[in-house]
Amino acid sequence: MNEMVITRAEREARLEGMGCKRKRVEDVRFTQGKGQYVDDIKLPGMLHGDFVRSQYAHANIKRIDASKALALPGVVAVITAEELKPLGLHWMPTLAGDVQAVLADGRVSFQNQEIAFVVAENRYIADDAIQLIEVEYEELPVIVDPFRAMDPDAPVLRPDLAGKTTGAHGPRKHHNHIFEWTIGDKSATDDAFANAEVTIKELISYHRTHPSPLETCQCLASFDKIKGELTLYGTFQAPHVIRTVASLLSKIPEHKIHVIAPDIGGGFGNKVGAYAGYICSIVASIVTGLPVKWVEDRMENLSTTSFARDYHMTTEIAATKDGKVTGLRVHVLADHGAFDSCADPSKWPAGFMNIVTGSYDFPVAHLAVDGVYTNKAPGGVAYRCSFRVTEAAYCIERAMDILAQKLGMDPADLRMKNFIRREQFPYQSALGWEYDSGDYHLAMQKAMDAIGYRELRAEQKAKQEAFRRGETREIMGIGVTFFTEIVGAGPSKNCDILGVAMFDSAEIRIHPTGSIIARMGSKSQGQGHETTWAQIIATELGIPADDIMIEEGNTDTAPYGLGTYGSRSTPVAGAAIAMAARKIKNKAQMIAAHLLEVSEYDLEWDIDGFRVKGNPERVKTMKEIAWAAYNSPPPGLEPGLEAVNYYDPPNMTYPFGAYFCVMDIDVDTGVAKIRRFYALDDCGTRINPMIIEGQVHGGLTEAFAIAMGQEIKYDEMGNVQGASFMDFFLPTAVETPHWETDFTVTPSPHHPIGAKGVGESPNVGGVPAFSNAVNDAFGFLGTTHIQMPHDAWRVWEVARRLGLHG
Amino acid sequence: MSEIDTIPVSLTVNGRKVQRFVEPRTLLIHFLREELNLTGAHIGCETSHCGACTVEIDGASVKSCTMFAVQANGASVTTVEGLANADGTLHALQEGFRQMHGLQCGFCTPGMLMRAKVLLSENPDPTEEEIRFGIAGNLCRCTGYQNIVKAIQYAAAKLNGRTYQEAAE
Repeated sequence: MNEMVITRAEREARLEGMGCKRKRVEDVRFTQGKGQYVDDIKLPGMLHGDFVRSQYAHANIKRIDASKALALPGVVAVITAEELKPLGLHWMPTLAGDVQAVLADGRVSFQNQEIAFVVAENRYIADDAIQLIEVEYEELPVIVDPFRAMDPDAPVLRPDLAGKTTGAHGPRKHHNHIFEWTIGDKSATDDAFANAEVTIKELISYHRTHPSPLETCQCLASFDKIKGELTLYGTFQAPHVIRTVASLLSKIPEHKIHVIAPDIGGGFGNKVGAYAGYICSIVASIVTGLPVKWVEDRMENLSTTSFARDYHMTTEIAATKDGKVTGLRVHVLADHGAFDSCADPSKWPAGFMNIVTGSYDFPVAHLAVDGVYTNKAPGGVAYRCSFRVTEAAYCIERAMDILAQKLGMDPADLRMKNFIRREQFPYQSALGWEYDSGDYHLAMQKAMDAIGYRELRAEQKAKQEAFRRGETREIMGIGVTFFTEIVGAGPSKNCDILGVAMFDSAEIRIHPTGSIIARMGSKSQGQGHETTWAQIIATELGIPADDIMIEEGNTDTAPYGLGTYGSRSTPVAGAAIAMAARKIKNKAQMIAAHLLEVSEYDLEWDIDGFRVKGNPERVKTMKEIAWAAYNSPPPGLEPGLEAVNYYDPPNMTYPFGAYFCVMDIDVDTGVAKIRRFYALDDCGTRINPMIIEGQVHGGLTEAFAIAMGQEIKYDEMGNVQGASFMDFFLPTAVETPHWETDFTVTPSPHHPIGAKGVGESPNVGGVPAFSNAVNDAFGFLGTTHIQMPHDAWRVWEVARRLGLHG
Repeated sequence: MSEIDTIPVSLTVNGRKVQRFVEPRTLLIHFLREELNLTGAHIGCETSHCGACTVEIDGASVKSCTMFAVQANGASVTTVEGLANADGTLHALQEGFRQMHGLQCGFCTPGMLMRAKVLLSENPDPTEEEIRFGIAGNLCRCTGYQNIVKAIQYAAAKLNGRTYQEAAE
């Protein structure tokens, strides 16, 4: 092909850069069964570990007898807290500043808590051995209801904290209290309520659920005694953090720990933390001198490694009679389970719950969060959301609907009336954030027009009348949501994990022939980073994406990064890769100037190379420049063409969206049929629209599950109910609605490419949209707030309580 | 519960004859993954709900986590590793899943592909509703299924000699 006849559009297209619906690189191996997930890895002599777990939610352990298990052929070791004590590893620090028992130290505090770790030649023998280990318990009184946790006579759930009146986040009010976190102007907010024309108050609970990626948490630890080196494969969303934690705990120097996160089968927040299985596998490998694999089963996953939500939010809004909000007051009771192992940046015990003012211009607000211990599994991860952002979005979006109902206003109109206006950005919120950019009115209007909002309301009114006349047994709900997220944690001034600032990183290396390897501090779990990071580089450096290989997850080769969660990859690592590319481009410009014998200021960038201003025939492509960088660099300039960038974001990013759900509920069966779901997202610059749409579909499906039935329940004895896919609701293709997606683009002003992150928006915005639809359907019959989840049984119960069943 | 006797099992996997001695309690999924190193099929739930372990056995879709290896004695098993065409080109389903963005983390994909293969052999030109019903035994946590449906429609069209036309949204 003659290069000269290629048009600019063709040159641009062959890069497959930003904005292109590039097909995914990862799919080639995944569709052929050639992905490599942790459990696919086998090492010579590998042993298998498995846990003996507590059958009780709260009990003293009187005796553990492993003698029968140890006598079983094929059993290599049984590790209990007694074995871990000399190593100082029977307890471990949590990300939230608490401590957590690695193996129960004389007491169990939640059902299925880890008691002993069996190491055997294969997983069948390990399972046999578990059945042979005898544990004698002395049962203790149980607390599962967080509202009872701070009763004066509540049993002490954490005797290890006896006498500690101060925790990691300030004073503790009660022996089961973890922290109180407050923000906002209390007296100004109280004044706003005292002077309010209208107020609403409602307890809005967000139930306990679980991220449940299809691949559970797992690892493979291999300690080389001769070299003193540990290799740890694992399902890690944040491999570098895991390396640092492993080094701090094990005292193995960090450079002698090789953490490798291979392909990961979904994370959704579940794979951020450090779990007992990792610690025990490492110890077992050190003790036995052999590689030890630990693979969680589904029941263990749902009942032990990190639940999400369990936030109980008493929410008040003050407003004028004509619907202008004047104040917001929220108190949260946060159930953190037996240990506070919530995965949040260190200084944020309630995550970014202070985004609870949402998309609205609240002049004043106050938020207080009390964290408490209960006899439930520890955790509190961000299930496909930035830290506590979905709780905040659910809280404000339900509350705005409740206010609209009280005022007799349309909920979309109420939102429109109170939106932060375009000209107010950057906007300082009453609870301390600086929203970077947005055009909420434009997005909302586009969404309302697209779905035919006014017509739907007219139809609903007619249906309500028909229902009252007894002509139909169906009621119609329209769920309106307008959410604002806060993602991309985060600026070092306010975000760190264990003291490590939450930057992220990229290293780009151009080879002499003009192809590229780039290594990242982020770690994909299905987001398609190998595809999209290459697109950013392709646009920035003019090298086709197909000539760029992206590598993540190997801490020996990747620059230090804080990993992938909280929609932080694009806002932070995505910025790092653009900045690293720009460093390379600056050097490339010097080389091009040397080759073209002009000043670098006489050059301009054009798609895939530099050309001389006013003389566009004189060009050096990036490919030619790459060769020259290794072959004939300008005198005084060091050879090679590579760069590293550690990006400390100046601010978070604030993606937003307008979601509408239309549903029809059969009051006799409680079954809700989703007629339409429309999602408009604004994530700033769109890197790969195909992947964005896919992310939105997936997140909405999770939101559908959470709102409509997915729950981790406990009985009053602390027995976890339904920790299997038999009971835990994961929608199949049959129940899952059809998704309509749309977008507006408001680039982030402080991000190098203007991108904001999108993966979590649909979970954050989707849950209130479904819940608002259910509430909207019943509202005309006199309900104000119906608690989630809205499974058919509970919806049927609502109808029964309203006397609709005759 | 101590030393367990092994028994012989003989089957065809992806067109190759395989003979091994296994414990009677060995699950087929562990036999495929650990004995034969065919790690395409995955374990997601151990209770036959998620379908990540789906393989084809004598023309039927089977969840290999709830079947013993010895039950496959004499059977012909196809896993995702045996899905590509004999000439090495990708099966229409593999192509369809990539073209229509029918996968993200890839963990459910091998099972989903093998289920879709049997679905299309039983119903070569299914409607969207038939596809959704047909894959209801396979869970996906990433995609929301919409693009999986399209991927299967893409493959059906290709296998029927048509070009796939995406329905207007």
